[in-house]
Amino acid sequence: MSAAADTGSANGDAVLSARNIVMSYGGVHALKGVNFDIHRGKVTTLFGENGAGKSTLMKVLSGVVTPTSGDIVLDGNLVSFSSSSDARDRGISIIHQELSLAPNLSVRDNIFMGRELRTRTGLDFAEESRQARALMADLEEDIDPMTLVEDLRLGQQQIVEIARALSVDSRILIMDEPTSALSATEVEVLFKVIRDLTSRGVSIVYISHHLEEALQITDYAVVLRDGAITATAEARDIDLEWIVRNMVGENFDLGSPPIGHAFGEVALSIEDVSVVDTSGSGYSVVDHLSLDVRAGEIVCIYGLMGAGRTELLEAVAGRVPMAGGRALLEGEDVSGLSIAQRISRGLVLVPEDRQRDGLVQTMTVGRNLSLASIEAFAKGLFLSRSRERELVEDSIRKVTVKTAGGNAMIGSLSGGNQQKVVIGKMLTTNPKVILLDEPSRGIDVGAKAEVFRLLSERAAQGLAVVFSTSEVNECLSIAHRIVVMRRGRISAEFGANATKEQIMAASGEAVVA
Amino acid sequence: MTDVSQAREQSSPSAGGEGFDLAKLLLEGRAFFALIVIIVVFSILSPYYLSVANFLTMASHVAIFGILAIGMLLVILNGGIDLSVGSTLGLAGVVAGFLMQGVTLTWLGVVLYPPVWVVAVLACMLGAVVGLINGVLIARFKVPAFVATLGVMYMARGLALLMTSGLTYNNLGGKPELGNTGFDALGFNRLFGVPTGVVVLVVIALIGSIVLNRTAFGRWLYASGGNERAAELSGVPVKTVQISVYVLSGICAAIAGLILSSQLTSAGPTAGTTYELTAIAAVVIGGAALTGGRGNIRGTLLGAFVIGFLSDGLVIIGISSYWQTVFTGAVIVLAVLLNAVQYRRRSKLPSATGGQPTSQKRGKAEPANPAQGKTAR
Repeated sequence: MSAAADTGSANGDAVLSARNIVMSYGGVHALKGVNFDIHRGKVTTLFGENGAGKSTLMKVLSGVVTPTSGDIVLDGNLVSFSSSSDARDRGISIIHQELSLAPNLSVRDNIFMGRELRTRTGLDFAEESRQARALMADLEEDIDPMTLVEDLRLGQQQIVEIARALSVDSRILIMDEPTSALSATEVEVLFKVIRDLTSRGVSIVYISHHLEEALQITDYAVVLRDGAITATAEARDIDLEWIVRNMVGENFDLGSPPIGHAFGEVALSIEDVSVVDTSGSGYSVVDHLSLDVRAGEIVCIYGLMGAGRTELLEAVAGRVPMAGGRALLEGEDVSGLSIAQRISRGLVLVPEDRQRDGLVQTMTVGRNLSLASIEAFAKGLFLSRSRERELVEDSIRKVTVKTAGGNAMIGSLSGGNQQKVVIGKMLTTNPKVILLDEPSRGIDVGAKAEVFRLLSERAAQGLAVVFSTSEVNECLSIAHRIVVMRRGRISAEFGANATKEQIMAASGEAVVA
Repeated sequence: MTDVSQAREQSSPSAGGEGFDLAKLLLEGRAFFALIVIIVVFSILSPYYLSVANFLTMASHVAIFGILAIGMLLVILNGGIDLSVGSTLGLAGVVAGFLMQGVTLTWLGVVLYPPVWVVAVLACMLGAVVGLINGVLIARFKVPAFVATLGVMYMARGLALLMTSGLTYNNLGGKPELGNTGFDALGFNRLFGVPTGVVVLVVIALIGSIVLNRTAFGRWLYASGGNERAAELSGVPVKTVQISVYVLSGICAAIAGLILSSQLTSAGPTAGTTYELTAIAAVVIGGAALTGGRGNIRGTLLGAFVIGFLSDGLVIIGISSYWQTVFTGAVIVLAVLLNAVQYRRRSKLPSATGGQPTSQKRGKAEPANPAQGKTAR
């Protein structure tokens, strides 16, 4: 915490400063006396693990919540924001981590929601459309302003969210994980926009789990850990390792491929699988793709947003229908089976979005963990509570979920631990093949490393693991084999010794694009 | 491993003051306290209220709503709604009445008089069929539950009216020589002094509790009501569960219809009008969430007793039926308000209602779902 005092010296160019901010919920301190400066016309990046208090701090600075104690200084004057619109009127806007768009409205209506342009008789739709189109052009995104938001893919929705924040001429723009659903090209465009904004004197606060990416754009780095600032520095003085060290307090390693066990027979065989886009456009998001995975092998599927990774995994797991081809589990065709039948035969999926598809928020940690393996503790017609308790406790121990116990509500866990519950739920079914769609999404480095360690342990015991990712670093961790997907097809396959450049080139991300 | 034990240690000293717990207790047990308040107040206001005889009478009224409400609870736990139960109740009663009059098979030239147990089984099957129609419309054809059951509500009521041309079957007694007596046993008679309806309610409540808490089906129901997508990906047969709850709700409605006809010794086509709303109210007063996944039998029974004891109490002390309606409505609004308070607290303070204090610092409880959630469907 003493390091926080350093920021005082840079006070001169701070447009907005937080002084000694304490934020308590009940008896728990989410922020413990934070001093934070937003530098004028620069990008200040806030690094920190999940639960470090980044989002809370940003909510304080953008007027969404009022701090328990502490001051906010704007242009040298003490201020207090009564609401987020109050903060917006003073030139501070925020792009929230969670999208806050109305899916039933058009892009234009979303961008101008709450501050519609008026003519004397009504709304100035023409001007709104014009501005919306201009914003989309700035962001190099080919989206018609009249498109309904629900018809956009997630990445494009995020672009709309960004466009909305840009449409207000803010002096300070806070971006909380703006790129989580963006492709590399879209990120590039966003960075161009950010540089353009800073050159016009706009101050940016940037938050991201993609450390490398954030490092590219940042001018000042601030690291938050457990509600306190642990380090601040100028970007030119630091590197990735410095950030990670200050974030987690120790060196980390995402692991390396488990060795010393022989691969078994082919566990999962994907043969010539095609999946047609659900929105009815008729094009194949997965296009005649074939892939074999052997028992004990870890395969990483790398690809950009829209490469078809999610669709492929969901089709294999039975969530979406295949338009062609089949999937074999240990030689048996499972294509016609229900999800439940595939699970009982040993083929499971950990979905991409744990809130929407992974967890039942109304149930406890234990009931979430045991949900997919109810047969294992059913005695005839009834469930055996003692056997369920054993199962849950065993599972909590094996996947190292930090929780008060099986009876805690699932919402009381951090993101990383929630993800461990989703993975643990599927591992509890004793699968032969586990598919994980972006298992590291939205979880911190520490949890990520634990998840990967867990998977490599299980692989050493003969589990076939297929996981998808959009972070190259993760491919180069525990995977024995890296499969790059591009436009629904496999564009390249590498061993564990591939380089980042090779992988990114094959995905159409770096060189070719 | 070390993480877990560490977390356990942190969790052992329980957080939260004592005064806070009283508020929590009152909030969690609100339906129970409301029932006690109702009983105390009416016992003071009327000398007749607090007696075994009156309680049994009131309980037999509650039985009808209670049985409907248990069926409704299953549907609401699933995140649905069943507006057709009142009409199903009426239809089942009318069909039972019709069967008791004897079925004339013209092409055989005989009149069949089915025994009462056959009548009861047929009526329950009818309820199941109505529920099946609801369930298939909703699960298979994706008709919103509100609209599907609204339509079925009208159809069932219309059929009941058609069958009797709007008249009521007053003779349900049967004849000894035809072997179809005993309709009284379904609700009018008493078993060891307790009205049959109440016995049936208790039996259904027990079965319901066991199903919800101790069977895979119960777990599936809570899971698919809490998050259908997650449940489906965990291998829960969500469609089967969804259809089943409507079938069970339909059967409960038919049972209630039989009991009501037996209690009244008549079967009218307009019986049970607006009872679906009372059933929903009982479920809500019992603390269930209309969004699904939260609620239990105990609460729902308490809800049914609150409504039943309140309205009968108002009758006993002679308050006008118009005021009764106002009071009942006020209780429902209050209940929903308190539900909202409870669920808001639960989402903010997971440890306060989760039964155990959680180990995590609150800061860590920030829902870290990236980007999605709100907008994506």
